[in-house]
Amino acid sequence: MSEYIIKNGHVFDPVQGIKGDKSDVAIKDGKIVKDTEVSSKAKVIDAKGKTVMAGAVEVHAHIAGPKVNMGRIYRPEDKLFTYTPKKGNLRMGGGFSIPTTFKTGYEYAKMGYTTCMEAAMPPLFSRHTHEEMRDTPIIDEGAYPVFGNNWFVMEYLKNNEIENTAAYCAWLLRATKGYAIKLVNPGGTEAWGWGLNCLTIHDPVPYFDITPAQIIKGLIDANERLGLPHSIHIHPNSLGTPGNYTITLDTLKLAEGVKAKNKFGREQVMHLTHTQFHSYGGENWGNFESKAKEVMDYVNKNKNITIDTGNVTLDETTTMTADGPFEHHLTELNHLKWANIDVELETGSGLVPYIYSPNISVCAIQWSIGLELALMAKDPMRCFITTDHPNAGPFIRYPRIMKWLMSDKARQDQLKAFKNSDKVIAASTLASLDKEMSLYEIAMMTRAGPAKSLGLSNMYGGLKPGMDADVVVYDLNPDKIGDPEEIEKAFSLASHVFKTGVEVVKNGEVVNNGNKRTLWVNAKVQENAQVMRDINEKFLKYYSVKQANYESLGHHFVPNPYAIEVDAT
Amino acid sequence: MTKSMTDVICPFCGTLCDDLEISLSDDGKKILDVYNACAIGAEKFLHSQAKDRITRPRLQQADGTWKEISYDEAAEYAAQMLSKAKKPIMYGWSSTNCEAQSVGHEIAEMVGACVDNTAAVCHGTTLIAVQDIGLPSCTLGEIKNRADRVIFWGCNPAHAHPRHMSRYSWVPRGFFTGKGHKSRKLVVVDPRVTDTAKLADIHLQIEQGRDYELLNALRVALNEEWLPDTVAGIPKEKIREVAEVLKSGRFGIIFFGMGVTQTLSKNHNIDEAIALTKHLNEFTKYSIMPMRGHYNVTGSGEVLAWQFGFPYSVDLTRGFARYNPGDTSTIDLLSRGEADAVFVIASDPGAHFPISCVRQISKLPSVCIDPHMTPTAGVCKLHVPVAFVGVETGGNAYRMDNVPIDMRKVVDAPEGMLTDEEFLTKIRDRVKKLKGAA
Ligand code: SF4
Ligand SMILES: [Zn+2]
Repeated sequence: MSEYIIKNGHVFDPVQGIKGDKSDVAIKDGKIVKDTEVSSKAKVIDAKGKTVMAGAVEVHAHIAGPKVNMGRIYRPEDKLFTYTPKKGNLRMGGGFSIPTTFKTGYEYAKMGYTTCMEAAMPPLFSRHTHEEMRDTPIIDEGAYPVFGNNWFVMEYLKNNEIENTAAYCAWLLRATKGYAIKLVNPGGTEAWGWGLNCLTIHDPVPYFDITPAQIIKGLIDANERLGLPHSIHIHPNSLGTPGNYTITLDTLKLAEGVKAKNKFGREQVMHLTHTQFHSYGGENWGNFESKAKEVMDYVNKNKNITIDTGNVTLDETTTMTADGPFEHHLTELNHLKWANIDVELETGSGLVPYIYSPNISVCAIQWSIGLELALMAKDPMRCFITTDHPNAGPFIRYPRIMKWLMSDKARQDQLKAFKNSDKVIAASTLASLDKEMSLYEIAMMTRAGPAKSLGLSNMYGGLKPGMDADVVVYDLNPDKIGDPEEIEKAFSLASHVFKTGVEVVKNGEVVNNGNKRTLWVNAKVQENAQVMRDINEKFLKYYSVKQANYESLGHHFVPNPYAIEVDAT
Repeated sequence: MTKSMTDVICPFCGTLCDDLEISLSDDGKKILDVYNACAIGAEKFLHSQAKDRITRPRLQQADGTWKEISYDEAAEYAAQMLSKAKKPIMYGWSSTNCEAQSVGHEIAEMVGACVDNTAAVCHGTTLIAVQDIGLPSCTLGEIKNRADRVIFWGCNPAHAHPRHMSRYSWVPRGFFTGKGHKSRKLVVVDPRVTDTAKLADIHLQIEQGRDYELLNALRVALNEEWLPDTVAGIPKEKIREVAEVLKSGRFGIIFFGMGVTQTLSKNHNIDEAIALTKHLNEFTKYSIMPMRGHYNVTGSGEVLAWQFGFPYSVDLTRGFARYNPGDTSTIDLLSRGEADAVFVIASDPGAHFPISCVRQISKLPSVCIDPHMTPTAGVCKLHVPVAFVGVETGGNAYRMDNVPIDMRKVVDAPEGMLTDEEFLTKIRDRVKKLKGAA
C-alpha cells in the first residue's frame, strides 16, 4: 500500500491536543504512523498554509434505506439541475436533499467526511438499507436499527425484564447487522398504528401498557448491560412542537445517575439527537421561541449525555423520520405530499417535503436555535454538528454551518437578512452570542467527539499513530482567515482526503471509489431460551416473513463487514 | 428418502410468499413437489424441470432458424450491439434479482441506455400519482395484525395474487385481529363479479372506467356533502353506507390493481384513491398499496431509484439520468422509432406491448435474456436462456410492500448455464473494454 507524508500543515487534533501547530502526518498501510516510519518513497503532500484534520465522522444522517429511497422515488423534482455525469470509474449521481447513493458517498468525501451513520434502520428493511450502503462508495457506514416501538422491547420492559431486552437487542443487532440502539418517538410510532401518538414520556402506549419513560429507561439499562460501543441514541417524544423543551428535559433526566459501562472509552449513556427540534418554547407557532439555553444548561452539567444539533440550513428539503405521527402532523400544516410506511411489530416512518424559508419567522428561529445550541456547548466533545440530514437541511451544508459557527459576522449578516428580522432576533439569544468557534473546536465537534460517542475513538477522529489513516487537508490558512466565505469554500472541497490510507479526493475532486466497510456490532450474550422462543413465536404468528428469511447475510448485503465484538456473556 | 427444503421464496408474483416447502430427489437435483404454493407458483418451480429446456444461447438466422452459440459469443454480440447503439433500450428487470439489476445498470450507464421496467405497462401510473400526492402505506404484516377494513379496488387477488388474502389481507389472525376474516369487512370495487367480489361483504359493481368519480364521491360522502342520485352506477345511499363502513374501521387498507391504473383517467384515478386514503386518516388510520404483479418489479424501481433517482423510464443517453414518462418510456421510444437497439431481460414485452412496438423490436438489433422461449425471444435476434432466479439461483427481491426478501437457490441449473447476473457481468466486462474505461 502507498505511503504518504503530509508536511507542514496546521494540524488540529483533539486526540493528541494539537491546536494548529505545524506538524507532519505520515500514512502507511492504511494507518497513521510516526513520520519516522515511512520510507523515502513516501509521496509528499505539501500542506504549508493549510489545515489538516482527521476524517470527519457523521453521527446522524438519513442516507440509506426505505424512507430515504421513498424520498428519491416520490420527488423527481429533487434531481433538477443537480446531476453530475459519469466520469471514468466514478458513477453518475444526482439529487439535492436525497442524493443517489453514489452521489452521497462522493459528496461526503469531498467535504472530508469518511465515516457516516445511517440514523434509523427499520429492522425488517435491513437488507434494503445494506444494499444502499453497499452502493455508497468510500465512506465507512453503520446503521442504527430502531427499537423504541418494538413489540418485543415493549413486552419485556412492561415487566422490567432488562436481561431479556438486552438479549433481544443483541439478537436484532446481529440479524440486521446494526450498530446501535436507536429510539424514535418511543411508544408514539406504535400508537400511530392506530392514528394516535404519545406526546409526553408518561403517555401510555395503547394496548401495551407501558410508557415512553419505561421504554427509554429500560433501553438505557439494556444498552449498558451489553456494554455496546454507542449509547442509546434518542429522538424523544413531541419533536417539532412549541413548548417541547420540557419533554426533552424529562427525557434527559431519565439518564440521571446512570454510568457508562463499556470497553470503548464511551462516557455517555444517552445521545440526544437533532436537539434543535426539541428545544422549543412558546405555546403555538405564533409565540414560538428558543429554549436552547434551558436545554444546554442541563446538557452542560450532565457529563453522561452527548447531543447533536440538527441545524436548519434554510433550504428546500425532504423531511423523513420514523416518527410517523409527526410527518402526518406536518403534512396537515404545509399540505405537501405525504408518504407513510408503517412497519409490522417494529416501527413506522413518514416523509413530507419542507421549505425552510428565510421569510418565515419560525424557520429563521429554528435556524437560530441550532446555532445557539452549538455556541452554548461548554464541551464541544459532547456536542456534534448535524443537520439531521435531510430533515433540517442537506448534509452538503456542513461547511456553511461551520462558517456560521466560526464567524459572528456571518451570523449577524444572516440575522439581519431575515424578513422578520426583529421578531427573529427577539425569539432567541443568538444575536448576543459573539463566540466564534475555533478550528480546534470544529475538529472536536465533527471528528474526535462523535468518534468517542460512537465508541470508535481508537479508529477514527484523530491523527495519532495507530489510528485509521482518514486524513483531510483543507485549503484554509488558520492564520489568515479574512472573509468568512473562505471557511465555507475550504470545507466544501477538500484539497486531499485519505480514507484508510487511500487518496480518494484530490483538489476537490473524487479520484477513487475507496474500500468501503460496513460497521456492525456483534454482541454475544448468554444463551437465552425464552427470548429465542419469543422470537420464534412472533415470527410464526405476527410477522409476514419467516424467521429464516429475516437476517441480512452475505456478500450482496455486507460485502466488506467490520464487526465490533462485544462480550456480554 | 427424499430431501426437503423449507422457507423457500416463490419467484412469481408480488406476494413473494416465503414459506414454500420443496421436496427434492435424494441427490438434490430434481424438484419432486412444491408445498404451500398456489398453483401458478408451484408451476413455476416444476416448469424449470422441463426436459425440452433450451440451455444455450441461440442466434436467429435469416431463414428464421436458430443457431446455437456460446455464452461468450452471445456476450460479445450483446456488448457490441449496446456499445454501437445511440439510443438502446434496456427493458424488463421485473423477474430477476437486484444483483442482476445492479450489473445491468452499470452497463446502461456505460453505453447510455434507456432503462425501464414493467411498471411502464402496469403501475407506472401509480408512481406518477405518488409523485403528485405521496403514499400513506405500510407493510403487509400491519394489515394482518391490525386491518379491520379491507378494500380491493380494480384488482382480483383470487386469481392474480392467489395467496394474498390468506397470508396477509383477509383470512389471517393477527395480533389485533384474532377472529381472522370475521374481524374484517371486505369491500370490493369491480365492474365484474370476480371470485374476489364473491367473498366481499360489499361489492360495488361500478360502471367500467368510472373509478375517479366513485373515489371522489366517497370523499364527498366523508364530508357529508351533496351527492347526485347515482355515481358510477352506484346509488348515493350505498355510497354513504360504504363511506360510513370505511370511516368506522380502526385500521383500513385500500389495495388497487390494473383495473384502476390502466383504465380511463389512469394516474388521476390513483391521485384520487390516495387523496381518499389521506382523507380517511382524518377520521381513523388508513393505508393504500398497489398490487404489484411481477415478483421483483418493486425491486427494480428501488434499485433504479437509489442508483439514479427515478423508479422507471430512466434515460441515461445524455450521460446523466433523465426521467419523463411519455418521452423516456419504452413504448413511446419504440412507437416514435427512436430506439436503435433493444435489450430485454426478465419480462415479455412481446406478449404485452402494442403490436406496432413488437414489430419495431423485430426490426432492430435485439437481445432477449429469458429462461423460456417467449414471444419476445421469438422476435429478437439473440435469445439467451439463463438459470431460473429463485429456483436455480438466489438473490434479493422486493415484495409489493417494499419488504426485501433474499431468495433461495433450490437446485442447480443445467450444466453450463449462466445466471442473469453472471451473463450480465460478462457483457459489462466486455463493454468496459469496448468503451475503453479502465
Ligand atoms: S401467491 Fe404469488 S408468490 Fe405466493 S405462491 Fe402464489 S404465485 Fe407464488
Ligand atoms: Zn434523524
